[in-house]
Amino acid sequence: MSSAPLSPDGPGRNRFEISKLDLFYGDFQALKSVEMSVRDRMITALIGPSGCGKSTLLRCLNRMNDLIHGTRIQGKVLLDGQDIYHASTDVTNLRKRVGMVFQRPNPFPLSLYNNVVYGLRVAGVHSRKELDEIVERSLRAAWLWDVVSDRLDHSALELPLDQQQRLCVARLLAVQPEVILMDEPCSALDPIATMKIEELMLELKKEYTIIIVTHNMQQAARVSDFTGYMLLGEMIEFGGTKDIFTRPSNKLTDDYITGKYG
Amino acid sequence: MTLIGEKGVRRILLATALSAISALLLIALFIIKEGLPFIFHYGLWNFLSSSDWEPQAGKFGIFPMVAASLWVTFGAMVVGAPLGVAGALFLSEFAPRPVMRVIKPMIELLAAIPSVVYGFIGVMVLAPLIRDYLGGPGLSVLAASIILGIMILPTVISISIDSIMAVPQSYREGSLALGATVWQTIHMVTIRAARSGILASIILGMGRAIGETMAVIMVAGNAVKIPHSALESVRSLTANIALEMSYATGLHRQALFATGVILFVVIIILNSAAMVAIRGKAARK
Repeated sequence: MSSAPLSPDGPGRNRFEISKLDLFYGDFQALKSVEMSVRDRMITALIGPSGCGKSTLLRCLNRMNDLIHGTRIQGKVLLDGQDIYHASTDVTNLRKRVGMVFQRPNPFPLSLYNNVVYGLRVAGVHSRKELDEIVERSLRAAWLWDVVSDRLDHSALELPLDQQQRLCVARLLAVQPEVILMDEPCSALDPIATMKIEELMLELKKEYTIIIVTHNMQQAARVSDFTGYMLLGEMIEFGGTKDIFTRPSNKLTDDYITGKYG
Repeated sequence: MTLIGEKGVRRILLATALSAISALLLIALFIIKEGLPFIFHYGLWNFLSSSDWEPQAGKFGIFPMVAASLWVTFGAMVVGAPLGVAGALFLSEFAPRPVMRVIKPMIELLAAIPSVVYGFIGVMVLAPLIRDYLGGPGLSVLAASIILGIMILPTVISISIDSIMAVPQSYREGSLALGATVWQTIHMVTIRAARSGILASIILGMGRAIGETMAVIMVAGNAVKIPHSALESVRSLTANIALEMSYATGLHRQALFATGVILFVVIIILNSAAMVAIRGKAARK
């Protein structure tokens, strides 16, 4: 592809608009005035050394940080123009729209089938026919159908790790989210399994907006359209992935991607 | 250390560990030696199914006591299991951690209260209430069920909390991230993941209830008859042994030991079931 380099100011619709976002765990400030926008049907990567706040930022987007006692937030996180931290937000509904894949594959100790339909069941879908269809569609979309279609009643914990992770993706696709958050989805996987997940991400990008946190700079370079580099809770630089990796404008970013730091 | 040496220490510790096991073996052997000949002599089926317990007349049917023990244990489950599991869920999933850290040891302290004190409260408070409001003698299946239900709470709550806390946080996060509510997450994921531990806690509670003696003697009324309602007096297997052992001789004494054999077998079955439940959980991980 030889199109013009992507830039956050270029054309296209933004799903998330994050401005002046501060987050505190008790007295510790984990995010400092973060600014970022997330483009529709693009992959946005967050990179940076451990403890830089990239996972924390990701977990702000579906309010998973609410689960941690003593978390305080200032600033705005807009999803399609609506402030998700406004008192009127239905958090359950938000999490249906903004799904999440975790660092370690976390299928429930249920059958494959019951894992995939979990999100639908809690949303009140009970028609067997409908569930069957969605299970097949979701597993196909996660490239798992051909592997597991004959043992949907087996425990999900019997699958190898990379298939477990793809099952978690399928489980998510079943509820048809709009945005998918991935928190280091490949850190527990070997290189071949990682490659499969990356290919899957590029496929999913056609329909979903994806934000991925990764430790692995090459991974960000391979799959993402936009990249944000974070350090000690600050967004040091955010821009098109090509720009960030070839001509970063900030010295700190340059040090990190060239391996002088981190 | 140089006086005994590494090997010596190990042998001493081994001996102490073995002494606990040998105590168990000796007790088992003793009860079986005293009780088993009677069971062969009288016939196991006769012993278990006959309703006539008249030691002077040479009639040793323990069916009323078996029925009483089952009733009282079942009643204790009905009272204690829902309370215990609900309490464990509240403490582990809803209560702030500091609250749990204070309350859990307090509940475990319930287990340290002597059973005679539970019986005392049953006699002084619970039995009169039942007599006045529901009828009957007060000292009854119901009174024993409630007292035993409370006595098994520490077992049920403590082990249930441990197994609920052992459910990986990632399951809860995964569920919430799919748009499930907290309650949906608890009953569709957390309880299922912890169910073998919860089951084990209930089985161990049952073992505790069926083996309890002093509190049951004090509140169950001790009449040797098959109960037709929860308000009637009954005598459990344990109570029967404790009440009659002091004056029993000959065949009567052997019959009481045989009752002990039956109890011993039941408790071993319950404890093994609990262990299987816990191990089943370990195997699935």
